[in-house]
This record gives sequence, C-alpha cells and structure tokens, in this order.
Amino acid sequence: MQSKTTILNLPPEEFVHPGTRACSGCGLSIAYRVGLKALGKDTILVVPPSCLTVLQGLFPVASTKLPCLNVTFASTAAAATGILASLKAQGKQHVTVAAWSGDGGTADIGLQALSGAAERGDNFIYFCYDNEGYMNTGAQRSGTTPLGALTANTPFKGKMQQKKDVPAIMAAHNLSYVAACSAAYPLDLYDKIKNCLHLPGTKYFHIHIPCPPGWGYDPRYGIKIGRLAVETGYYDLYEIVEGQFRLTAASEKLVEKRKLVPVREYFRSQSRFRVLTDEQIAGIQRQIEEKWEGYYKKDE
Amino acid sequence: MGTRRYRRKTSHSEHGPGDGGLTGSWRVERPVIDQSLCIPCRRNKEACFICWLYCPEVVISRTIPPTVDLKYCKGCGICAEECPTKAITMVNEAQFAGGKKNRG
Amino acid sequence: MHIIENGNTAAALGVRLCRPGVIAAYPITPQTPVTEKLSEYVEEGSLRAEYIPVESEHSAMAVCIAASSAGSRVFTATSANGLLYMHEQVQWASGARLPIVMCVVNRAVGAPWNIWNDQQDSISQRDTGWMQIYCSDHQQIIDGVIKAYWLAEKVSIPIMVCYDGYILSHTFMPFDLPEQKKVDEFLPPLCPEYALDPDAPANLNTVTLPDVRVDVKGELAHGYMEIRYLLQEDLRLSLAAAEEAEKRFASVFGRGGDPYLEPYRCDDADYIAVGLGSITYQLRVSVDDLREEGMKVGVMGVRFYRPFPDKAVAAALRGKKGVIVFEKALSYGYEGALVSDLKAAIYQHVAGTGLLPPVQNFIAGIGGREIRTEDLTRALRAAVQSRIAEEPVWIGLKL
Repeated sequence: MQSKTTILNLPPEEFVHPGTRACSGCGLSIAYRVGLKALGKDTILVVPPSCLTVLQGLFPVASTKLPCLNVTFASTAAAATGILASLKAQGKQHVTVAAWSGDGGTADIGLQALSGAAERGDNFIYFCYDNEGYMNTGAQRSGTTPLGALTANTPFKGKMQQKKDVPAIMAAHNLSYVAACSAAYPLDLYDKIKNCLHLPGTKYFHIHIPCPPGWGYDPRYGIKIGRLAVETGYYDLYEIVEGQFRLTAASEKLVEKRKLVPVREYFRSQSRFRVLTDEQIAGIQRQIEEKWEGYYKKDE
Repeated sequence: MGTRRYRRKTSHSEHGPGDGGLTGSWRVERPVIDQSLCIPCRRNKEACFICWLYCPEVVISRTIPPTVDLKYCKGCGICAEECPTKAITMVNEAQFAGGKKNRG
Repeated sequence: MHIIENGNTAAALGVRLCRPGVIAAYPITPQTPVTEKLSEYVEEGSLRAEYIPVESEHSAMAVCIAASSAGSRVFTATSANGLLYMHEQVQWASGARLPIVMCVVNRAVGAPWNIWNDQQDSISQRDTGWMQIYCSDHQQIIDGVIKAYWLAEKVSIPIMVCYDGYILSHTFMPFDLPEQKKVDEFLPPLCPEYALDPDAPANLNTVTLPDVRVDVKGELAHGYMEIRYLLQEDLRLSLAAAEEAEKRFASVFGRGGDPYLEPYRCDDADYIAVGLGSITYQLRVSVDDLREEGMKVGVMGVRFYRPFPDKAVAAALRGKKGVIVFEKALSYGYEGALVSDLKAAIYQHVAGTGLLPPVQNFIAGIGGREIRTEDLTRALRAAVQSRIAEEPVWIGLKL
C-alpha cells in the first residue's frame, strides 16, 4: 500500500483551463481536475454527451489540455476499446486511455458497451461520474438516481426505484480494480487512480458528484454534502482489488469510529429529497445500519 | 471574410481558457481572503492550500498568498466554506461596483 | 493468380491485402463468414491486426471511429439490421471525416425478419454522407475493397462496399487475387492529417455551434453548417477522385474501366435497363434474348451510387427511347431509390433539350424472392413495348 497523497504533494500541474461552462460549484469540475492530475499528460480521453462535454468546451475552444474524442452516448467504452486497439497496433502502449462518462451514459445507455469491454479485458480506465441524474439535459432521472429523489421527470412523487449499484455490476465482471470515490474526497480519488494504472484489463471508477442545480443546494456546500453522504454511511468509499473489498479514507475511519451521522441530515440538506417521508428515511437508516453491521463484523 | 481558408474541415478544438467567456460575470459574490487568518500567509510557507484543492474553476493559485483570478471565478463559495480558519469571506459584488477592485 | 472462392472470402482477402490495423467484428447473416475468415487470418498470423469481437454493431462502428481517429486503418462489415443498429454511428463517421471502409453484405431489413438478399439495408443509408459502391461479381468485390481504401483515404470520407447477400457472398467464382506487393504499391500506409496524440492534444467532434466562432489562435473557425457543407463539397469532388482511383488501379493491376457505370450493349440501344449489383448481370441474359427478338436493348449497372454520378448517368441515357430501372429496394412511400436519383439526374441535365427518356420502375427480389430471368425478360419486353404503370411494378409478387 502506497502512502497517501496530501494536498502539498499533489502535483501542481493543471490540465484544465478556467472559465468553463460548468455550473458554479460543479462537483464534477473538482473530481475531473484532480483525476487528470493522476492520469497525467500521456492520456487520451473519451467522452460521451454529458455535463463533461459542456465543461470540455464548444468548438473551437477546448478547456482540457489532453486529447479527447467525443463519441455517441452509448459507445463510450467501445470507443475506448477502439483507441486502445489503435495504440496497440501502432506500438504506443505507454498512452493511457481514460473514459469519463456520466451516470446515464454508464448505468443506462452505456452499460452494454461497458460490459462488453470489461468482458474483453480492454485495458483502459473508466470513470463514471455520478451526479445521480441526466443533469446536462435538465436533471431527469437515471438508473443511479436514488430512491425518493425529485427530478424533472419524477416531479412530485420522487423516484420510486432504488439506485442501481453499478460498481457491484462491474465487480461481477471480475475486474482487476473497481473503486467507489467521491468528489468530496479528491485525494482518495487521486491515490486510487495512481494505485490501479498498472493493473490489467478494464478498471472501473464510480465517483459521487454533488450537483447544485440537480440536487438543490447552495453551491458553497458541495463538499460538505459530499462528505455527509459518506459520513452517514449512505455512500461508501471503497476499492475492490482483484476481488478483495476494502473500505478506504473516511469510510474506513467510520469502521473504527462506529458512529454514523443520521442520514436524515444528508437528505434534509438537499431540496430534491423533500418528499421523502420520515418513515422512508427511517427505513433507509435501518438499511444503512444493517450494511454497516456487516462491515463491523468483517472488521472483527 | 469567411472560413474557407480555415486549416481544418472537422470539429477539432485546441485548448485555451474562457470557453464559457469571462465567467467572472456569473458571480454574485466574490471570495475575499484575510491574510491574517490564512495559514500559508501566517506561516509564510507552503501549507493548507485547501482553497486551491477544492476550487472547481482552477482560479485559486497555489501561492503565498493564494490569489483569485476574478476574470473567471464564478463565486461558488466552496473556498470560503472549506477554509479551516474562515479566512475567506464571500462579499457581494455590489460592494465592488464602480471600478473598485479588491484582488483579495 | 486466379482462385475460386466465394464473395465473402473475396472481401476478406481484399481486406487482408490492405493491411488494416484494427478490425471490429460482430456476426450477422450473411456477413458472418467475412468476420470468421478475418479471424483465421489474424490467428494464423497472415494478417497483423487487432481483431476486436465487439458486443454489438453499434460498438463495431464505435471501435472503427475511435481507432481511425487514433490513426489506424480500420475495417468492419455488416448487413441489414446490423447496419440499421449502427446508423447513428454511420452518420457520425462521415461527419467526423474518417476514411472507414465497411462491407455491406446486402440483406433485407426487419420487420419482419428476413435473412435473404435485397438492397434495402444499404439504400436506407444513402443520405448519411458515406460513399457507396455496388459490386456485381467477386472481382469487383476484391478490387472494390482495395480501391475503396485508396479513395476513402484520399478524400477523408468513409465508404460502403456493397454486394448481394447469398447471390454473391456465398457463391463461388473465379477471380484474380492481386499480389501483396502490387497492393502495397497502389495503397500506401495511412497518413491521416490528424491522429489523437498527447503531444498534439485536440478535442474532436465536440458541440459545434450554429454560427462561426473565433478559436484560441484568434482565427475564425467554421460553424456546424460549414463543416457539413465541406462534407458535401468533398463528396461531389470524390467523383473525380473515383476516376483517379480507377486509373491508378488500372496502371498497377492492368484492369479497370468506368468508375461509375458498367454498360452492356448500350451503345446502339434504344432502351436501357438499369440496376445496382448482381441483378445487372442477370439482366444481360434478358438483354441477349431480347436482342435475338430484334429489340435494341442494353443494360447498365450503376457501380458508384453515392456520390451519385449524375452527369455520367444523364449522358448515358439522354435521347434513349426508354429507361427501365430494376431495383431491390425502395424509398417507401414513393418509389425505387435508384429510379428517383436517376430521374433527377436526367431531368437536371437533359430537361428542355427534347431528349428526356421515359422512365419505368420495377421492384424485384424483395426479401430474397427469387428473381427468375424469364420474369425479368418478360418485364423488360413489356416495358419496351409500352408504358406499363404509373407506380413501380413489383415483379414476382404472389398476391
């Protein structure tokens, strides 16, 4: 296990320019910026339609200092495969291929291609930045929108279905590396990227991304809300390295602390959860506690 | 004068700042840093830089003191919220109207 | 060297000779043997390419687009619903100006399901900005693949090499297998204007505005409309490039002809039958029979369908007493696709001269319905003798 990166030894080189079209306080901006520091200069990016498309800029101005291929919505992972194949055919295997796709482009329309690439063992790193909805098109529900969230097309009753557990789906492909991260913990994200780049096959990252307009909060609280998701035990930071699961960073610390912030605080911090009833919240609280009992037991 | 002579026939973008224009025009409040509370300023050495880490817009410099590029700062307030010593305050732009600039 | 092989193998051999770097493969009848043959070549080592068994046709074209953007020569093949599934990507490839070569083994589209030959699949893609050529025999398939790479890379526009499923793909014919070193002489390694590269970073095909906009160097860059116009302009210019391809091919391989049309007994013909692909060779038998009866008929195959060689078609048909178009596809709601394009071309170049020929349309072979030569002969004879109908006439219908 390598030592943890700190703010002071995080590389200062930036791969993104300021003045993008991302929303004020965009959580993706933070994760993307730090993620690119970990990937480094010898990287080719693949991006489907998503918030990142807009953040990356409109022709002819790009905000990212790396080469990037924009692709159709369903084809992100297949495009990553194609770039890899070309690099291999040309003997340029030192270049990393990294796909950055939203939750809609991963869990919904992009899942087929991602599964295909994972099954083929294509050696790229895939980031799903999960702001829990089709935020770029105005916050419609996606497969990873959590239960009870109000969205543009679940406008009064909130989403009736559970959040799709994409990391678990990807773990079932026997990948060498699966990680769950958060924009609120950028150094954890950085280290995880650094630790997995040498591993074979497709590496999958799921990043929790607070989104001010989509979730309904004052932009200044983005990091706090991202942290609350973890501190309540609702969203966990972990990695699965060659099949071995372990919690990381703040989630790992929670196992020692044995104290979770009540999840009600997380829900009440965002207006999208305002139709969640007290019973529903109590039910979710119980589910969280059961999950963590399991973690505590494993630790003993 | 049209684009006939443009060097490419495809949508091929090169990188540069300000794709969204001068995004500083979006903000309602701007961050103001009190150097007497700012940790790297007080210690006069590399320290903290939490504001630099969390800035979504890459407009806070990793310097002593940290400075904010007001051309592009969108005024999200994350830096102010995360600063451990509350050295950063979000101040309404109206205070700076009329040409008075405070580069914080 | 002359060999006897089936059409799918001819295509695979042509691809191998062109040394692609990346091949995307997804099976669909009747294209499947192409993918299988290519996998044999790759596994035995006679073709050094990255062979990607993708999980869908949409991904097959995604792999081709991505690999081509990264600087590799690529190949894929498909039919029918596979082509329809990748339609979004087909549009993308032309807008991205990538020199992708794809074989379309023509097959009927669902619904309902049908695995046999007609040309609805590729015809339905004629508006996508790809070049399209139609082959009538195996020599045209293998030569067509080789010429296609040269042409696509010359103009940076993708191209479909179409040939009839089963009728050509699964039948055996003798043809000449070009020598590798001659192909290398004809087709140099791919040298794209740009390939994704960390040392020269660029963001490709991002959102492009309706209007022009200044770039990071201060120069005025195209809007979406200019980029699309340039595709259209270059497609029209590729008609001349196709001629150049044909000449170059002839100089290296010693065979070639008209890049756009394949006429048979048309010089002194009063009536000309027109078609795409193998049906035109079948029509030659009808033409010979009707000539015996004293009718001055000929048949003309259209080899290059997109861009449409309107001037050549109009020049070949002006002043004729009748044009009879036989097709295996149509633009539903109106008439055959080829007949519409042909009429537009003739009208464009011949209207007002008094030399506009009457045109009739027959639809045949839909969903692989057997096309009997005697039915073609009967239809052609009847059309020569008088105008049969206002609407297209479907041959062999059993209602």
